[in-house]
Amino acid sequence: MRFMMLMLPAGHGQAPPDARPSKDAVESMMRFNRSLQEAGVLLALDGLHPPSAGVRVSLVNGKVKVADGPFAETKEVVGGYWMIDVSSREEAVTWASRCPLAAGDTVEVRQVFEAADFPPEVRKAAEGFGELGQSAG
Amino acid sequence: MTATDIHRAIDAVWRIESARLIAGLARMVRDVGLAEELAQDALVTALERWPESGIPDNPGAWLMTAAKHRAIDQLRRRKLIERKHESLSHEPEFGPTDERLELETMLDDDIGDDLLRLIFTACHPVLSAEARAALTLRLLGGLTTDEIARAFLVPEPTVAQRIVRAKRTLAEKQIPFEVPRGEERDERLASVLEVLYLIFNEGYAATSGDDWTRPELCNEAMRLGRVLAGLAPQEPEVLGLLALMEIQASRLRARTTASGEPILLPDQDRSRWDPLLIRRGLSALDRIEKLGGANGPYALQAAIAACHARARSAEQTEWARIATLYAALARVMPSPVVELNRAVAVAMASGPEAGLALVDQLADEPLLRNYHLLPSVRGDLLSRLQRHDEARGEFERAATLARNVRERSLLEQRAAACAEASRSAQQPF
Repeated sequence: MRFMMLMLPAGHGQAPPDARPSKDAVESMMRFNRSLQEAGVLLALDGLHPPSAGVRVSLVNGKVKVADGPFAETKEVVGGYWMIDVSSREEAVTWASRCPLAAGDTVEVRQVFEAADFPPEVRKAAEGFGELGQSAG
Repeated sequence: MTATDIHRAIDAVWRIESARLIAGLARMVRDVGLAEELAQDALVTALERWPESGIPDNPGAWLMTAAKHRAIDQLRRRKLIERKHESLSHEPEFGPTDERLELETMLDDDIGDDLLRLIFTACHPVLSAEARAALTLRLLGGLTTDEIARAFLVPEPTVAQRIVRAKRTLAEKQIPFEVPRGEERDERLASVLEVLYLIFNEGYAATSGDDWTRPELCNEAMRLGRVLAGLAPQEPEVLGLLALMEIQASRLRARTTASGEPILLPDQDRSRWDPLLIRRGLSALDRIEKLGGANGPYALQAAIAACHARARSAEQTEWARIATLYAALARVMPSPVVELNRAVAVAMASGPEAGLALVDQLADEPLLRNYHLLPSVRGDLLSRLQRHDEARGEFERAATLARNVRERSLLEQRAAACAEASRSAQQPF
C-alpha cells in the first residue's frame, strides 16, 4: 500500500523565499532517503520552495482570490514529501519515525487512496484521469 | 500501545530490518541458515521483551546485538565441543568479543555488500527455482513460511521443507557467502533476476488457482528489484527487470473486473493504469539507454511493455515497433514463446494472415505442446479471419490446457462466441 509522508518543517511558514536547507541538514536527509531507497520502498520524493515564494489561490465570497506569499497564518506547511510503497501502516509509521527531524518538525503519514476505496459512481467520475496524469508526465 | 499494536510494530521492524540483520550475521558466521536462525531467535527475544520495555530507539541495532550474543554463545559452545573432542587447549579462534564487534562496523556501508552477498547466495543456481524463490522471500523479503505458502498456494509444510532443504544444500555444498566476480557474476546475476521475475509473474499471471493476480507477490518482487537496483546501479539488466515489472504492474488494477475476471490488454480501461509506475519504468529505460544496455533481454521486454504504456488507446499501439523489438529479443533470447509473441505483434501490424503464417511455423514446437497460449493465439487470429469453426476448436483446446480457473473460463467463453459467430454466419438472417 502506498503512503505519502509529508514533511512539515518547523518555521517553514515564516522562512524567507531564498531559504535553503543547510549542508548538514541535506546530508542527514540524504542518508534517510538512501535508507528508503535501499529498502526498496521509495517511489518518489521532492522538496518544495518555502511558502513565502508561493502563491495562494482561494475562493472568498464567491470570488477567486490570488495572493502572493508570505502568508500570515502559516503554522504547519508542507516542505516536501516522500511517496513510499510498504506492506502496512505500521511500516510507514516506522519509516516516518526514522526521518531526521529538528525540534518542532512533524512528519504526517497519509495513505494514498486506491480505486477500491471509492463506491462505483465515484470511480466512474474519476475515469480518464490517469490518462491525463500520464501524458503530463 | 496495546499488545496487538506492539506486535504489528514489531512486524514492521522485522520487515525493514530482517534482511540486513541476516546479511550481517551471515558474514560473521558464514552460514546463511545459521544466520537466519540467529535472527529469528533475536526476533523471539524482542517479542518477549518489547511489549514490556517498549520498542528501542534503534530496533535494528538492538536485534543485531541480541543475535550476535547468541552467535558468540554458539561459537563458544561449538569450540568447547571441538576442544573436548580434540583434547587440545588453545585460544578460541573467534577472537573478538561482543564488545569489540562494534555495531557501527556491522551497520555501516558494508551492509550493502552483505545484502548483495545474501541475494546471490539465496538465488544460487545449485538450488531449484522454487527453493530459490522461497528462500529469497524468506531471507530478503522477511516473509513468514505461512505467507510464502499462501502466496504460492502450496501447503505450509512444503514451503518449510523447501527452505530447510535449501539451507542444508547451501551448507553442504559449502556455497561461499560472496558476490561472484567476472564471468560467473553475469551468470549468477541472471539467476537472481530469474528468481525475482518468477516471484513477480507468480503474482501477475497466477499460473494456477482461482485468482488471476496476487498483487502482494508483485509488490514484493518490485521491492526486491528496487533493493537490487540500489545495490547494483550500473547493471542495465537489473534496471531492465525493474522497469519491466513496474510497467507491467502499472496495469494490475486494470487487469481484473471487480469480481476478479481477467480483462485483456486491448479491453483495459487505460485510465486505471498507474502513471507513477509507468513514469518510473520509462525513466529506468532512459537510464538503461545511457548505460548502453538497451539490447539486454529484460531491457527489450521492458521496451515492449513501454510501447503499450505509451499508447493512449489500444488502436494507437505501435505494433510495428513491438514486432521489431520482439525480433531483437528473439536474437538475444531465442525462444518459441518469444516467436509466438512476435507473431502476435506482426499480426497486429500487418494483418492476421501474416501472424498466422508465423504461428503455424510453431505448430510442431515441442516446448509449446502444452502451452495454452499457442492455440489461444491461433484461435484469435482464425476468428479475425472469420474462420470461426477452426477458431472454436483452438479455443477449446486452449481451455483444456489453461491451469488458471479464470483464464480457462475466458477461453471457454471465446469458444462459445466462435460457435455463435459460426451459426450466424451460416444463417443469412
